[in-house]
Amino acid sequence: MVCLVENVKELLKAHEGITHEVYLDNENSTMVPQEVVEAMLPYYSKKAYGNPTLTHKPGWEAFETIMGSFQKISRFMGAKILEEITFTPSETEANNLALMGACFANKAKGKKIVISEIEPVNIFSVAELLQKYGFSTTKVHVNTEGTIDLEKLKEAVDKETVLVSVQVVNNELGTIQPIKEAVAIVKDKNPDAIFHTDCSDAYGRIPVNVQDLKVDMATVSSYKILGPRGIGALYVREGVNVEKILEGQIGTQKLWPGIENTPLIVGFTKASELAFENFEANTNKMRTLRDKLVDGVFKELTDVKFNGARGDKRSPDNANISFLRAEGEALTIELSLKGIYVSSGSACSRRLLQPSHVLVAIGRKFSEAHGSILMKTTRYMTEEDIAYVLEVLPTAVNRIRGIVGQTGVD
Amino acid sequence: MSRVPLPYTQKVLDLFRNPKNQGKMEDATVVAVAGNPACGDMITFYLKINEQQIIEKATFESYGCAANIATASIVTEMIKGLSLETAWKDVTWKKVTEEVGGLPSVKFHCGILAVGAVKRAIRKYFTDRGTIPDWIPKELTFEEKQAIEEEELAKTLSKRLKVAEEKQS
Repeated sequence: MVCLVENVKELLKAHEGITHEVYLDNENSTMVPQEVVEAMLPYYSKKAYGNPTLTHKPGWEAFETIMGSFQKISRFMGAKILEEITFTPSETEANNLALMGACFANKAKGKKIVISEIEPVNIFSVAELLQKYGFSTTKVHVNTEGTIDLEKLKEAVDKETVLVSVQVVNNELGTIQPIKEAVAIVKDKNPDAIFHTDCSDAYGRIPVNVQDLKVDMATVSSYKILGPRGIGALYVREGVNVEKILEGQIGTQKLWPGIENTPLIVGFTKASELAFENFEANTNKMRTLRDKLVDGVFKELTDVKFNGARGDKRSPDNANISFLRAEGEALTIELSLKGIYVSSGSACSRRLLQPSHVLVAIGRKFSEAHGSILMKTTRYMTEEDIAYVLEVLPTAVNRIRGIVGQTGVD
Repeated sequence: MSRVPLPYTQKVLDLFRNPKNQGKMEDATVVAVAGNPACGDMITFYLKINEQQIIEKATFESYGCAANIATASIVTEMIKGLSLETAWKDVTWKKVTEEVGGLPSVKFHCGILAVGAVKRAIRKYFTDRGTIPDWIPKELTFEEKQAIEEEELAKTLSKRLKVAEEKQS
């Protein structure tokens, strides 16, 4: 490990002298704006640092603060009562709670799970784990834009279906799913089937309301809206039977044990307020910058493919582009050395040599998936940032393509 | 999405940024390819071999990650000036890994693939001429087998993909 750290120090040294940095890997982690950090800071040492279930001033302060956050997040998601919201340590835990909690609590009704074939890993792997407990999973096909096939969904759901989980916005493609229609189809075939949606990539980007969507459960994540990592939430409609999946001391939430993390809850709430305060302006800015980025790439380079839906069917922040005859991991490093930070759907960082399951599901060839780059814009980015990316990206792609020659052409 | 931060060495980074002997060689004596674009890992080696069976020049093209580019580059430098026999015997994937200052374990296969491609080229050189020297074993070496394994894996994945597509339609 020490040796690895030394290597990383050298890698960081190679970045010295960078004059412009543009962080576009908002899929995998984000910066936390100063105003969010400042909102959190007093809760570490100045106030509300007590346990919210205990009988003293710092405890009551914490209780009051957390209840305020429950109310705000309930309002942003469209929950009717604040007991419908459970704060969890992240989207991963919220999705684990949703799937395991609902399946275990309702196993007498059936043991079938239905998900789309492009759900995130923290849905896929939980569904896989549930096989050990006798549950089976059907993965519903998506089209070349990543939109779920509603006819296939209809076929997949039956009286034995206990849970359906489909994201509102796919995290890799940005494609917006017809969730209202999907819920109607599922409920028509089996009114008892519980419909969960991970709306982490929709929250703060497109209007999402659990009443409007008529979903039973919904996951949101703090870091996906520029809040701190380590906090997320699960909405569970009142009356939907879900059991807790971890044991421990119960605080203010019956579905998640342990002492509530007040500063992170405050940060998540502040990040949500900032995202929704100027929702139209924020999302318009993301969209404008994203469109400039995509248009610029297509103007500057040939042999590029756009992954996912376009226009109104796509989240405003997401750009996913495959650069043919270039390998994604090499591109991420090449760009990093120029101060542009992105991620790739390439298999190259995994020994399994399997590329993004999402890109494969929409029919991209493996070589196209290996050359894919995912970029997400935020309201904090500027036109100058995009101009810098468009200045650097073509040179980077062309250098990598130069090394490839004819070798990567299949 | 890929998200393992790979702590490459300075040497790997240097070779990635400034690869040596990169590009197609028009007058190559022998050309060998290993890997598959479906795996995101593919190398072509071009070797210029003289009458004394000495590798006068070696160049490469690489479709792959930074480790793939760096190992391919270093191999071209390591084998230049060597006899085919010495190149076969002395250039092992472990030596290649050492030469680039070490690789993260998930990237060992890049070095193996590079050596597999060189051995494939040397074997091809003799097979084309119909005389295989004693020092080339009949059975494929570990590195050559690994190259085949990756190529087979790519085929299996593609097949699985097709089966999945057919099921859906």
